[in-house]
Amino acid sequence: MTLLQVKNLVVEFPNRRGTLRAIDNISFDIAPGEILGVVGESGAGKSLTGASIIGLLEPPGRIASGEVVLEGQRIDNLSNDQLRHIRGRKIGAIFQDPLTSLNPLYSVGKQLTETIQAHLPVSNAEARKRAIDLLKDTGIPAAEQRIDHYPHQFSGGMRQRVVIALALAAEPKLIVADEPTTALDVSIQAQIIGLLKTICKDRGAAVMLITHDMGVIAETCDRVAVMYAGRIVEIGPVHEVINRPAHPYTAGLMASIPDITQDREYLNQIDGAMPRLNAIPVGCAFNPRCPKVFDRCKTERPVLTNAGATRAACWLVDQPGAAA
Amino acid sequence: MSATNKPLVAVNDMAMTFDVSPGLLTRIVERKPKLFLHAVDGVSFEIEKGKTLALVGESGCGKSTVAKLMVGLYQPTRGSMTFDGMDAHATYKSATGLKLRERIQMIFQDPYASLNPRWIVEDIIGEPLKEHGIITDAAALRAKVGELLNSVGLSPLDMPKYPHQFSGGQRQRISIARALATSPEFLVCDEPTSALDVSVQAQVLNIMKDLQKQRGLTYLFISHNLAVVRHMSDSVGVMYLGRLVELADKQSLFANPRHPYTRMLLDAIPKMIDTGRARTAVQGEVPNPLNPPAGCAFNPRCPHANDRCRTERPVLRAFQGIKVACHAVEEGRV
Repeated sequence: MTLLQVKNLVVEFPNRRGTLRAIDNISFDIAPGEILGVVGESGAGKSLTGASIIGLLEPPGRIASGEVVLEGQRIDNLSNDQLRHIRGRKIGAIFQDPLTSLNPLYSVGKQLTETIQAHLPVSNAEARKRAIDLLKDTGIPAAEQRIDHYPHQFSGGMRQRVVIALALAAEPKLIVADEPTTALDVSIQAQIIGLLKTICKDRGAAVMLITHDMGVIAETCDRVAVMYAGRIVEIGPVHEVINRPAHPYTAGLMASIPDITQDREYLNQIDGAMPRLNAIPVGCAFNPRCPKVFDRCKTERPVLTNAGATRAACWLVDQPGAAA
Repeated sequence: MSATNKPLVAVNDMAMTFDVSPGLLTRIVERKPKLFLHAVDGVSFEIEKGKTLALVGESGCGKSTVAKLMVGLYQPTRGSMTFDGMDAHATYKSATGLKLRERIQMIFQDPYASLNPRWIVEDIIGEPLKEHGIITDAAALRAKVGELLNSVGLSPLDMPKYPHQFSGGQRQRISIARALATSPEFLVCDEPTSALDVSVQAQVLNIMKDLQKQRGLTYLFISHNLAVVRHMSDSVGVMYLGRLVELADKQSLFANPRHPYTRMLLDAIPKMIDTGRARTAVQGEVPNPLNPPAGCAFNPRCPHANDRCRTERPVLRAFQGIKVACHAVEEGRV
């Protein structure tokens, strides 16, 4: 039984000179209680994938085709009104910058109780009690007093805890977390990741964790999807993708990360940069940068196929000695 | 750090205090005192020629203020910096200041904000050459800019382009080319790859290493990313609330971190191997720098803190070949 199913999702941005395809036919699913990581470089389409699931795609961006199915119900074609009941209630969202995701004019308690009462039929007193419990659960000390404080009175790490509490307020089944720790220092990052993991396990919520930090993925997720130029190039269990990457892009990405545990004279680099949306190459989008490119890659586009324990979109996968 | 080579750069007890007091009227009416932020509170270190010292620490620890002090963007409130035998801040203000600025250049964090969007690349990279009067002839200037672009892996054909036509990594290379224009000996790099994706970061770090080898450059490399620091540096200074808490060569620091804060930082980094491991919980947050705790600034978060740590501020002392500012380490409690 899957909780969320994304089927052949295509997101396009029409403009005067034609249509840019930002997300090109991606499919994946998330099981209840599972943490799926989505990793990739800027512009790969990670955040857009998250936004399309929550229904927060900014016009002129639109879902051109494909389906998003949550608990058996299609949610990509719902009206804004219907979506409002799903956002918060069934899907919680956590964004990168905790300061801009909180309203500076309301106390955190007001924001929490408002969210709770928007989705659950509870009294004011009951909502406040729940809000305090949520703040306690997310590790905010002296929650009874802190609930009446305003966002500017919290530090960055504490604010992100409030944002997590808000996302959890109506006990959603799925949480979409878009770079939740990117704006935080490493010591605070460790706390927030730990919190996200335990709290989702305790509540059985599934998480889609979008980040560019492979370390965060390694430490948090069950499975990971690697995105490149609007497509998923590899998806599979985290330790498989990290230790035995099947796609040359994943392999290159892993090798370009400086390692804290050993010294290397030079980092492996992937030459060039990710193509712009209006100049995505024919065939495999990675072919101009790929060290293992051959003729077929330049003409035909590979689709996700089984490659050992993972699935990779690469013409090399059924041949021995693929990436690595 | 060996004491055999004479250091190119020596910083001695440098401090920077910002006056963040409320306005005069508020102070009188509400009887509020003057308020000072000690962004950098007495740091000392040396960098040998051709080597890289990295400064690491979390936001607000004073890393970037140190960088700005070193290139002369700030005048230190206390202490001094010696560059190649001369007092840098006295020289910056003197008639030979421009000559010194030629030898010390800076690379900034954000490649989007540090390049003028209305200038073409040729002007951006050529400006320091003209400003310092190194090359005045237009043809020679173009040739030199082309050469600089080549040295950072870009093409001379990029000269008539504007910054917006480049990706983040390419822009950072333009910043590096600009910093190299005056043939400096010392480069202050303030988080040069923090705004870049990892694959692009690898490109920029490799170029920086190549350039260091070819030109014998000395780097002060500021970063919050310990993995990048390990890759780039020869020695590492760990900063916490405006002070150095540990200063050691790279091997010792990563193999045997002494200061509890250094250990905590190393522990906090997500590891790629050993997936699913629960990591040691890190307690607390960086205290408000306007009101730092008495004694050791790290004591509220430190598992080894005792009464001495809460009252007496430890100083950076030599300890088994490295330098560390911690009572617990000195007393053998850690």
